[in-house]
Amino acid sequence: MLQISGLHKSYAIGDSSLHVLKGIDLSVDEGEMVAIMGSSGSGKSTLLNIIGMLDEADSGDYILDGLPIDNLTEKKAAVYRNKFLGFIFQSFNLINYKNAIENVALPLYYQGMKRKERLELGMFHLEKVGLADWAQHLPKELSGGQKQRVAIARALAANPKLLLADEPTGALDTKTSHEIMEFIQQLNDEGKTILMVTHEEDIANMCKRIVRLRDGVIMEDKKVTQVRAGQYV
Amino acid sequence: MFDLDLWREIFQSINKNRTRSLLSGFTIAFAILLFTILFGIANGLQNTFKDAFVDDAKNSIVIRTGRTTKAHNGLQAGRWIRLKNEDFSFLDEAYKDKIQYLTARIYKNVNASYKNESNNYTLRAVHPDHQFLEKTLVKKGRYINQNDLKHKTKVAVIGRLVEEDLFIKTEATGKYINLSGVQYKVVGVFNDDGGDNEERLIYIPVTTAQLIYGNNDYIDQINIGYNPKLNYNQAIGFGNDLTKELKKRFNIARDDQRAIRVMNMAEATKSIDSMMVGLGIIILVIGFGTLIAGVVGISNIMIFIVKERTKEIGIRKALGASPKSIVSIILIEAILITAIAGYMGLLIGFGVLKLVGPSLETYFIKDPSVSNALVFGATMTLIIAGAIAGYVPAKRASKIKPIIALRND
Repeated sequence: MLQISGLHKSYAIGDSSLHVLKGIDLSVDEGEMVAIMGSSGSGKSTLLNIIGMLDEADSGDYILDGLPIDNLTEKKAAVYRNKFLGFIFQSFNLINYKNAIENVALPLYYQGMKRKERLELGMFHLEKVGLADWAQHLPKELSGGQKQRVAIARALAANPKLLLADEPTGALDTKTSHEIMEFIQQLNDEGKTILMVTHEEDIANMCKRIVRLRDGVIMEDKKVTQVRAGQYV
Repeated sequence: MFDLDLWREIFQSINKNRTRSLLSGFTIAFAILLFTILFGIANGLQNTFKDAFVDDAKNSIVIRTGRTTKAHNGLQAGRWIRLKNEDFSFLDEAYKDKIQYLTARIYKNVNASYKNESNNYTLRAVHPDHQFLEKTLVKKGRYINQNDLKHKTKVAVIGRLVEEDLFIKTEATGKYINLSGVQYKVVGVFNDDGGDNEERLIYIPVTTAQLIYGNNDYIDQINIGYNPKLNYNQAIGFGNDLTKELKKRFNIARDDQRAIRVMNMAEATKSIDSMMVGLGIIILVIGFGTLIAGVVGISNIMIFIVKERTKEIGIRKALGASPKSIVSIILIEAILITAIAGYMGLLIGFGVLKLVGPSLETYFIKDPSVSNALVFGATMTLIIAGAIAGYVPAKRASKIKPIIALRND
């Protein structure tokens, strides 16, 4: 599903440059649920952003589903992001003047789908996250957990191969976190490949594999026994 | 291609961000409003000046005579100088290439009557050229012509109000009017923009008047329309030449101001025209100033809007928006707001000018208005400026890496 080798990335800070990723090799198979862990500054978010084509690597290879991702033009990156990837952010990143259903349907708009179809499909995904009744509400009228569920529905709308989550529970309380995690696990059970950045041990343990980063290199990469979030809910 | 979804996105964005849209719209509407009103007032001032000279031809020189005030060449002061036909012919010969129109004028007060109606009017005996110098508009029939002069025919051309007074709703042309005891055939009726007094005049051929009223060849006044090819300085020089030449002809002292008076419109027109040019420059400066202020305003707003929407742009890009769609959504919104607001400013401006225009006539501002083309041009300028002002930041925004836009919490 995903092969990364020799990935380097540095940021210019004033005159000096900060070497954030120092040669990452990582391979993820279809159906996996991987937690990327590390303290802040370890490069975990940068890695996720490069995988999500939100950022570009300086060097190294990245192959997504057999497709080499390099020398991306903005236009091509946009198409790939739309087709292959679904994003879930810590701060939800919903568009505040669009209601829930419009937010969910937005990736489909960029696929060129007709309005009626994409609203139908959007509704289907909203139902899936249990928010069908909230379709016409604006993000500000929703709780944190509801917002994240709308964001998940949006990430799923375009039926992506890979789901990328950046601290998906970072802005939520424990109970809501567990609800969200239960839902994400459920998606994984259905076969979605999921990559998640987190710094919380208990959340990481709800994945099937943990990759630990420190100072831009992978320290540890091990499979874990998945803790089901359902038991806490 | 019309993309309904794109427009839906744009209208949603405008509608859901009302404060932003209204504020930016207000700036543009205000700029266009100011532009319209300022230009309207300036145009009103110009209209006032133009109006003052609408009646008579701009290129006219009038020669009148009076009594001498100074003794000259052994002739006493107090001598009455009178123009004659020979003077008229002399001018006609001597200044052929400098004169476009030439006419004599003899004044008489007559009592005109037709059937039971009668009234007193001023009569002017003239040459055919008089029509063009006075800008007389013949409404029915014809004006005095060369044939009339030659045969000293008893024909009259009467003003619109004379016809109204005496002929009361009947056609005057072809009928005979009695002017102080002599019957004249009415051959034409005229209008004149110079006001009611100018439409209460009666014109007859100058030769006829000389024959009937005194059997002499005196002329009260000579009007000249100088060749419009002369520039102001040449025209003023021509006027001075005329004065000199006529003073010599009548043996008048050079510094005698009364005996021969030459009034040259070129002098007045020159100062009026330079004033109009000055006014025009002021109008342009003010107009451009307003437009530039508007353009700067739009630029600021666009930069602000793009900044405000950076995060939204990041989200859209993460979801698969192409750079082109980002640019177009921002740009079209900017153009749409500018166009609508500009149009509103224009309508309000027109309304204000229409409303207060009539009450401004006391301040020498007559009929303040602006041409549609001008305001359309101004609005287009603002729209293009808005588009450029919006394009640069929109383009930059479309190039922002989504990760940087998203980090912008």
